Amino acid sequence: MRLLNLFKIAFKAIVLNKIRTLLTMLGIIIGVAAVIAMLAIGEGSKQSIRSTISSMGSNMITIRPGEDDRGPARGSGGDVQTLTYKDYEEIKGKTTLLNYITPVVNGSGQVINGANNWPSTIFGVNPEYLDIKVVGLQSGSMFTDAEVQAASKVVLLGQTVVDNVFPDGEDPIGKLVRFNSIPFKVIGVLEEKGENTFGQDQDDVVIAPFSTVQKRILAIDYLNQIMASATSEDDAPEAVTQVTEILRSRHKLLDNENDDFTVRSMEELISTFSSTSEMLTVLLVAVAGISLLIGGIGIMNIMYVSVKERTKEIGLRMAVGGKGSDILMQFLIEAILISITGGLIGVTLGLGSTIFIEKFLHWPTSVAMYSIIISFAVCAVTGIFFGWYPAKKAAALDPITALRYE
Amino acid sequence: MNKDIIKIENLKREFTMGNEIVHALKGISFTISEGEFVTIMGSSGSGKSTMLNILGCLDQPTSGLYQIDGVSVKDLNRNQLATIRNEKIGFIFQSYNLLARTSALENVELPLLYNSKVSTDERKERAFKALEMVGLGDRMDHTPSQLSGGQQQRVAIARSLVNNPVMILADEATGNLDTRTSYEIMSLFQELNEKGITITFVTHEPDIATFSSRTIVLKDGNIIKDYLNKDIQSAATELASLPVEDH
Repeated sequence: MRLLNLFKIAFKAIVLNKIRTLLTMLGIIIGVAAVIAMLAIGEGSKQSIRSTISSMGSNMITIRPGEDDRGPARGSGGDVQTLTYKDYEEIKGKTTLLNYITPVVNGSGQVINGANNWPSTIFGVNPEYLDIKVVGLQSGSMFTDAEVQAASKVVLLGQTVVDNVFPDGEDPIGKLVRFNSIPFKVIGVLEEKGENTFGQDQDDVVIAPFSTVQKRILAIDYLNQIMASATSEDDAPEAVTQVTEILRSRHKLLDNENDDFTVRSMEELISTFSSTSEMLTVLLVAVAGISLLIGGIGIMNIMYVSVKERTKEIGLRMAVGGKGSDILMQFLIEAILISITGGLIGVTLGLGSTIFIEKFLHWPTSVAMYSIIISFAVCAVTGIFFGWYPAKKAAALDPITALRYE
Repeated sequence: MNKDIIKIENLKREFTMGNEIVHALKGISFTISEGEFVTIMGSSGSGKSTMLNILGCLDQPTSGLYQIDGVSVKDLNRNQLATIRNEKIGFIFQSYNLLARTSALENVELPLLYNSKVSTDERKERAFKALEMVGLGDRMDHTPSQLSGGQQQRVAIARSLVNNPVMILADEATGNLDTRTSYEIMSLFQELNEKGITITFVTHEPDIATFSSRTIVLKDGNIIKDYLNKDIQSAATELASLPVEDH
């Protein structure tokens, strides 16, 4: 018997039982749609984390004082005072894999302009900071190395700070603001970067020369961190190793002593956050997969009923010359058609809901081609797997018994 | 002498029921030639249904010879039996056994769907011709629920004809029909028989046998009578003589 004829027969059986077929498909439809939508959400958040981190400078390397596991009473990295300006100079002098490097000190305080004030964080850096963070300027200019040397009282403001201390929309360039009662001259406004994936407002910053912040505001002699930028993304891991070696030798650490600092590249940060979102994705997909399995069981159930219900028909088909293999194929094709059609509808629905989520919930999504292929393949396999047993049962029927079945 | 369509020699069929062996057919021999219209009669338990199943290649004899159109059926496997049923036998059942919600034409096409030698166009054409032969050429799009019992049985007859079988095998084909309709059906069978189609009709109604050319009577697994009918009644004449129904 030709395959085409079998397809016709199976198709007819499906069309004759539209509602029942649709209900049978429902499990598959929901399963596939869920798998695709969940993977799209998972993939989307992963990509958004990656792009946020990259926009913070994908080559960026941060060096913080303190090591993760030292001592029973551990302070936060920022409180540890093991990183100094000398360290910065040493790294800058010896490294071959970094093209920008800046010492960083930071503190929080109130930005005041007349009657307006706004709490913000001030970062004391050198001019290379902008290249490391990949931030441009909206207006004005960056301070110079000379101004850093001279500990000049100049600042650059982020957009959020500008919006809050200059609410009337006047140009802040050249104006004086006070940070913790020290007057600064505004010389530039940073490019807007918006919120990052973690909900931090990247525009809520004040940038000032490193020396000014360290001496005049914080009055400390250590660094909160050192930021650097590797020559390329590929060099970043090696740069981490190099910086670690330079610092270990400068800090005169013995082989059995742990680092008293932490060097991290963005790549590590990405993988840390990615692994969280990956775990979430796996969890979501597992749930979706279970619903696909239940959908498959639904198909098996209906195929069972269908075989029972059509026993007489099977008997007739056998009497007029249908072979066992013909009957097997008929029911198998029926099951596969149901699951594949369900899969198609599911894919459409999954893509639809992904677009909906993106448009109306503003969650980042990204539909992975492999998710469509995999869920579709799973559908076909589900059809064969769960359709096989009922079909086998139909094919094994004795024509005499089947014909007499009431 | 016409050639033999069916040749049966010392055919036995036994069933094992628990510890007992039931002898349903106890060594039966007969032949059916081309063009014959044979009724096989017998009360229930006579072995009639077993005979029918074996004749229809739905069942295998325990021992003895069964040849249909020169092919010995013994030792054929399930698939080979299905091919024999498909190419050599046309089945007609008491309860029509039409596929519900399927047009008359598609019902008639069914046996040809299982014959890969027949193309789609040829299948449609042959199904249509078979329907015309039973007088339902204008009803080919009707589904069984839109047809009367007699019309449904005609569709079933068309289905049995469509594969050009060497023999039509009818199982109580008029059992579900009223007298008038069953005479109509019998008259159709007689017409087909006149065209040279071999018919074997299994029934327990004696008046049906009077329309056939030969009667075989079974009792307790043996043939007790096998005679040629000298005085074949015409179903068409009988139909005409029935009192006209008031409507």
